[in-house]
Amino acid sequence: MRITVTVDGTSYTDDVEPRTLLVHHLRERLGKVGTVVGCDTSNCGACTVHLDGHSVKSCSVLAVQADGSEVTTVEGLARDGQLHPVQQAFHDNHALQCGFCTPGMIMQSIDLLADNPDPDEHAVREGLEGNLCRCTGYQNIVKAVRDAAHHMRPGAGPEAERVADTGSRTASSVGGGGE
Amino acid sequence: MTATIEPEVGKGRLRKEDERLVTGRTRWTDNLTLPGLVHLAVLRSTMAHAKIVSIDTSAAKEMPGVVAVFTGDDLDPDGAIGMPCAWPITPDMKSPRRPVLAQGTVNFAGEGVAVVVARGAAEAEDALAEIDVEYDELPVVLGLENALAEGAPLVHEDLGTNRNAVWIFDSGEAGSGAPVEQAISDAEVVLKRRFRQQRLVPAFMEPRACMVDPTAPQLTMWSATQIPHILKTMSALTLGLPEHKIRVIAPDVGGGFGGKIAVLPEEIMCLLVAQKLGKPVKWTESRSETMVAAHHGRDQIQDLTIAATRDGTVTGLKVELLADMGAYLGLVGPGVPILGAFMFNAIYKIPAYHFACTNVFTNTTLTDAYRGAGRPEATFAIERIMDELAAELGMDPMRLREQNWIKHEEFPYTTVSTLTYDSGNYEAATAKAMELFGYESLRQEQRERRDRNDPVQLGIGISTFTEMCGLAPSRVLGSLDYGAGGWEHAAIRMLPTGKVEVITGASAHGQGHETAWSQIVADQLGVPFEDVEVLHGDTQSSHKGLDTYGSRSLAVGGIAVVKATEKVIDKARKVAAHLMECSEDDLEFAGGKFTVKGTDTSTGIGDIALAVFAAHDLPEGIEPTLDSDAVYDPENFSFPHGTHLCATEVDTETGRVRIRSYVCVDDVGKVVNPIIVEGQMHGGLAQGIAQALYEEAVYDESGTLTSGTFADYLLPSAVDLPEFTTDRTETPSTTNPLGVKGVGEAGTIASTPAVVNAVVDAVRHYGVDDIEMPLTPMRVWQAIRTGEKAAGGPGAESGGGLGSIDAAHGGAQ
Repeated sequence: MRITVTVDGTSYTDDVEPRTLLVHHLRERLGKVGTVVGCDTSNCGACTVHLDGHSVKSCSVLAVQADGSEVTTVEGLARDGQLHPVQQAFHDNHALQCGFCTPGMIMQSIDLLADNPDPDEHAVREGLEGNLCRCTGYQNIVKAVRDAAHHMRPGAGPEAERVADTGSRTASSVGGGGE
Repeated sequence: MTATIEPEVGKGRLRKEDERLVTGRTRWTDNLTLPGLVHLAVLRSTMAHAKIVSIDTSAAKEMPGVVAVFTGDDLDPDGAIGMPCAWPITPDMKSPRRPVLAQGTVNFAGEGVAVVVARGAAEAEDALAEIDVEYDELPVVLGLENALAEGAPLVHEDLGTNRNAVWIFDSGEAGSGAPVEQAISDAEVVLKRRFRQQRLVPAFMEPRACMVDPTAPQLTMWSATQIPHILKTMSALTLGLPEHKIRVIAPDVGGGFGGKIAVLPEEIMCLLVAQKLGKPVKWTESRSETMVAAHHGRDQIQDLTIAATRDGTVTGLKVELLADMGAYLGLVGPGVPILGAFMFNAIYKIPAYHFACTNVFTNTTLTDAYRGAGRPEATFAIERIMDELAAELGMDPMRLREQNWIKHEEFPYTTVSTLTYDSGNYEAATAKAMELFGYESLRQEQRERRDRNDPVQLGIGISTFTEMCGLAPSRVLGSLDYGAGGWEHAAIRMLPTGKVEVITGASAHGQGHETAWSQIVADQLGVPFEDVEVLHGDTQSSHKGLDTYGSRSLAVGGIAVVKATEKVIDKARKVAAHLMECSEDDLEFAGGKFTVKGTDTSTGIGDIALAVFAAHDLPEGIEPTLDSDAVYDPENFSFPHGTHLCATEVDTETGRVRIRSYVCVDDVGKVVNPIIVEGQMHGGLAQGIAQALYEEAVYDESGTLTSGTFADYLLPSAVDLPEFTTDRTETPSTTNPLGVKGVGEAGTIASTPAVVNAVVDAVRHYGVDDIEMPLTPMRVWQAIRTGEKAAGGPGAESGGGLGSIDAAHGGAQ
């Protein structure tokens, strides 16, 4: 099938097998290897990206389901050499060690903050439940997300990444990982 | 006036590594590609033990995109290749050959049977389904005691036994203490306990991957490994390849935790297939493959007998272990339980000690190092039995520990297991932890809850631990029959512009060496932190090393860096004296400058580097280079210690455990970067707590791993873990110039018994004196009701995870 997907602002048109997962399309066809695969049961969340502004586990979305959509990956967050406030907060709070879960963790954190701009500790932990980290024990990730929330308050810094929400397409309507 | 420069060591520097990791510009092995690359997929045995009657690969070879299909016999027709084990713990240890792909029999479910090579990874995977393997089932050996029972079927018929080795230490024989049997028969109190170390999965987040390029000048292998240097040497030895024709690169590696200390059949397979086809090949495993094919950790039965006086002085300890090796021996697998032999006596003065470990083969995935490797097992057992002894004696468990531990003024102290602890202050760490924790008020609340028969009971768990880390003095490893030394290498390159390249033989996979080593070098050479680049993980640039495990990188590798910088300064001093026309003795070096004493004449190390590069005016007989390297072999281990306190609330009606508070005060000696140290503690705690409450690799009766995905194996998420309170005391190690100890494994070693002690303490008045890990709600509930230790089904059953259960509203979320 021929699909057109805009990834991190660039439009790509490709023929894909119907069974191809979005994450494999991103990694193997488009070379967007910043998004990684950590499991095969949709538990780890390492592959989380934004599909039309909502977080999805890209191992649970078929590439063909992303036809006509905008995908944002961790590679598309920094603007003009400036890290996204959530990326900056992960660095500032030592919220990563090996960094393998980090792309998914950052994408899910941004989604979480879009829903709840000022989450308490418990809300952050619940919001990240679908993303596993083996290195940090999560404490500094929680700290980073709350720190980012502080910096992303209106007027506090660069505007957070927002892809226009069409309202017609939610994460759950294309399957997987939208929690 | 001299400006004071704030030292880099001790500063909470943010990590240099992060930028590429937060932006997705990483070099995971699976991200890499090469022209003409073909992909490998491995067919894995679904049987735990069976004879291979036939393997038909003809249909698979016809599948689209398939380049080749190989069986074990195709790759190794003579059956000559055996995966290496570097730790023959006894001269008579039984060592089965582990082939690259199964030949003749399969010995665990997950063992490789055939490999498909195809143009794409998906095509390779598709073709696996077309391989037809006929098996003839053999009896499956599962369970340590079953395997050792009279007449038990054998994992390896040709070995004639399932017993791999028996390793014994006895303080009476070693002369380091009294005979333990005497101590036991003379004792006023003797307590025997059996503890179970369940089997765990290391569960690094990045699945393993390997790529081999046979078209490069050297046969080049990229691998998601902790041990590129060992892998290079072992690949050469295993395949008889000339070592100088192999280059191994560990690019960005996504966690290891001991799980990537291995020489993989898949790595050897990649080398063989790449050479056969003359094409670059890549293998990347799925998580389901990791779970069955990557080595597991722990899996021991621990029988302890402790002898004491009625007033609480420990007089003897006898430890008898059974340790499950799985179906074959991993790279260091047989030695893992032996590392524990030196740690059961822990921080205590125990006059008589006996340790015996029997390693056993079963038809399961092999076990090998997992964070702590032998030391968490030992620490768990001694800290659990100290609590049981306290209960038996009616003593406060902290009081009992205090009565038996080594006092700070008694260091250095040689233990009954022959190690010499250089330094420590258990009193200071404990006092700080008790205060942060609010020990007395929690004990008060515990009494109140018991008195009013509160359905939610409170328990307090203690773990006062030490560990031996910084593996290791080479002579000690030699005395334990380990196949290599424990030194580490570092080199400094002084570039003409004054910038510095540091080469380290340590191989980081999340630890932050680039940052920490930069801090060390900045202080040593007086150069800016930003001017230091750390090179590692490629045997071409970092040609010598013994890699990263056993909390050794800083305490061994970091010291090698210090030694190399000292040599740079020595060389620079000669040049500086020549340039400033003075005697070397008249120079002092500080803040990156050589100054002639008593004058303001000085020259910077960067200027000297340039002068040496130009080499126009050097003293007679001086080589035009400041570059230096050093190999450091530690004279002793380092011995971090700490006091961990855990308060748990146990809902006696549901068995649910909630960690109400977790406080730890660790003493890891001098700290290079407190932020990194705290992060290591957090992650270590998470894994130790996960062993206590959540994780277990479970086999069914046919030898199938039933917890074979992340949906079944309960890796804790953010909601499953508490906020930790971490603090430190600082008693410098006296055996290295930085005064540092290791930190990578401390949290994991210490936390497991703290949590289990807390849960048992909460429900002891129901007659519970042990619950087997993981302490799932079902197990806790059953223990309260029936006193059974391991009732309520295997640990991996759903409901083991707490965070996903909404206590307020019920049901899984």
